[in-house]
Amino acid sequence: MAKLTIDGVEVEVPDGTSILNAARQIGGALVPPAMCYYSSLKETGGKCRVCLVKVAQGSTKDPRPMPKLVASCRTPVGDGMVVQNLTSPEVLEARKGVVEFLLLNHPLDCPICDQAGECDLQNLAYEHGASTTRYEGERRTFEKIDIGDKIKLHMTRCILCYRCTYVADQLTNERVHGVIGRGDRAEISTYIQKAVDNDFSGNMIDVCPVGALTDRTFRFKSRVWFTDPKDAHRNCTKCSGKVVLWMKGDEVLRVTARKDQYGEVKEYICNECRFEHKKVSDWTVEGPRHIDRHSVIAQNHYEKIDLQKLKKEVERQLEFQRGKQLPENEIHS
Amino acid sequence: MGRKLLLEHIDVPGIETFEVYRKKGGYASVEKALKTMTPDAVTDEVKRSGMRGRGGAGFPTGMKWSFLDRKSTKPRYMVCNADESEPGTFKDRYLMEKIPHLLIEGMITSSYALGANTSFIYIRGEYMYVLQILEKAIDEAYAKGFLGKNILGTDFSLDLYVHPGAGAYICGEETALLESLEGKRGNPRLKPPFPAIAGLYASPTVVNNVETIAAVVPIVNMGGDEYAKIGIGKSTGTKLISASGHINKPGVYEIELGLPVEEFIFSEEYCGGVWKDRRLKAVVAGGSSVPILPTELILTTAKGEPRLMSYESLSDGGFATGTMLGSGGFIVMDETTDIVKNLYTFARFYHHESCGQCSPCREGTGWMEKILHRLHHGHGKKEDIDILVDVAKKIEGNTICPLGDAAAWPVASAVRHFRKEFEEAVVQESLLVNG
Repeated sequence: MAKLTIDGVEVEVPDGTSILNAARQIGGALVPPAMCYYSSLKETGGKCRVCLVKVAQGSTKDPRPMPKLVASCRTPVGDGMVVQNLTSPEVLEARKGVVEFLLLNHPLDCPICDQAGECDLQNLAYEHGASTTRYEGERRTFEKIDIGDKIKLHMTRCILCYRCTYVADQLTNERVHGVIGRGDRAEISTYIQKAVDNDFSGNMIDVCPVGALTDRTFRFKSRVWFTDPKDAHRNCTKCSGKVVLWMKGDEVLRVTARKDQYGEVKEYICNECRFEHKKVSDWTVEGPRHIDRHSVIAQNHYEKIDLQKLKKEVERQLEFQRGKQLPENEIHS
Repeated sequence: MGRKLLLEHIDVPGIETFEVYRKKGGYASVEKALKTMTPDAVTDEVKRSGMRGRGGAGFPTGMKWSFLDRKSTKPRYMVCNADESEPGTFKDRYLMEKIPHLLIEGMITSSYALGANTSFIYIRGEYMYVLQILEKAIDEAYAKGFLGKNILGTDFSLDLYVHPGAGAYICGEETALLESLEGKRGNPRLKPPFPAIAGLYASPTVVNNVETIAAVVPIVNMGGDEYAKIGIGKSTGTKLISASGHINKPGVYEIELGLPVEEFIFSEEYCGGVWKDRRLKAVVAGGSSVPILPTELILTTAKGEPRLMSYESLSDGGFATGTMLGSGGFIVMDETTDIVKNLYTFARFYHHESCGQCSPCREGTGWMEKILHRLHHGHGKKEDIDILVDVAKKIEGNTICPLGDAAAWPVASAVRHFRKEFEEAVVQESLLVNG
């Protein structure tokens, strides 16, 4: 076991845990964001650089600070390590830089993007980015391609997190797509526009942090925040069958796997569940899905009121009106 | 006249053949090491020599070798980095082309020291003709019993392969090189683990530059202590410098580390002064990735001492007033050089060569190129200069591999030392607009 502090908060985790996962154990605002790391996919992470943190002390044994900011998702903890995330201006500055880089060639076509509302890049930009851009160049664009009859690849929106290639490597038998080209001309592509055809290929859509891979059966059907998400399950021979149904009235508009608070799928679902069962009668509906209050999907989304929570919220608001500054990490909780 | 350890016999006719090379004392280090020394003793000599890696980072070679995981049950690998792609650097090509057996001898001795029975020379694809020279030399070495099973009748066996890259600068980064050698896309790996623990095929691996491996030969022949007497301070031995640019005598020179920069540029023995009787403007001392320095800072340090060709002296003053010895790609620029244009050329190179794996480098290098393109063509704005510096700052240190730093340092230093030229590049346009 290793004991370390992140932004002054102490936590004890097994050796070999990454700094990011140690932070997730603490939870709250001090958890670094992650765009390419995906806990259920091996070898992901280290690429997007938004999770950079400062290691002010390596460990008790070797107290030297690490010379550069490190990717918290792939850096293992040390006993006695001192990590700075929100408390380091250097980290915040670097992160702001990375967000700017990620948005540099991004089309910002959120108004017509199916991912809007549940997009990690949108959230990241909202929390860490600047409201204007300093970039005046032309943005790179790619042709949209259909990889298979169910998935649309819109490479222009891609941030090259490589997650979908890991899904194909680790969940399916044969990977037929990958990264071709180099630098900012690099693109996700299939081998000579081959169709991605595999029982679990649909999970590429769920792991994509942006709108680069979208569900063709759901394209332009509805904004996600106008849909009503419900947990549901069915007996499936291929996967766990545990899904979220995104409904409008009695109509099932799309089916996805269940994501946790960090936007990660823990139980992947098969293509049959995802694409072929669009009737409510196919499913056992468990109840409404909990949506985080600060997600835009929370609009039009009602849940049973927790009186204790409500009381707290009212007190918080009253305190705010009395002119007292709210502690920052509570604003978005 | 400085001492020559690597290029001593370079002009001997037929030195590229085994016979002539052997006659001139070649393969003595292999005989000495395999017959009279233990592998650890060879490593120890390299450690005592104090030699620092000649590829660019200047990490002490002996220390790198001592990190190799010797407890692992996996095979160990010795890999030679001949992916010499740094703009302004061409010393390895010269050495391999002219005297290929020196590298092969170094590979055998080093592999023996590290206990590697399979070794690779990863050479850049553009050096295809050098690859052919090396393969011919390797065939000769096999025929004479210096490669293959039971070399010189000892227990030590070694197979040596040459593997061409496919033309990517990034494959000179050691972990990208290993990925490429394994047959994958040449993306740098995240470290740790370092190659000494998990390198080629996840086995303990040492990756060294061509010149580093060649220098093991004189170290073993003369002894580490004797080698350490050459040079100055922690910069021991001799170094190959690829001199190019606006000088009278461009070429590869072997110098004893500690030679004054002024002597290197102006003496007849080396560069022979700036061409066309022009004045010196700036020097990029260690390949395009290191900070550029103006005349007054390259000839003397900020403290007023004469600047020497050594790791310490060149980096004296940090990046504020110093630079790095790097790979020894010494690019000299005369007074007519357009620094903005030069920087634009460098930026275009790094943008083209970024692997695209991590965001700051993938996006930032292209952005810098676009800004410099504007500035160079007279469409720049005043804010552009500050944005340029800020982008460079946000790339530096935040990437997976040093390519990001390599792209950022020239930009930061050029604006630091030649800001006026960038401002003039902006003013030009306003003159145009106002007629």
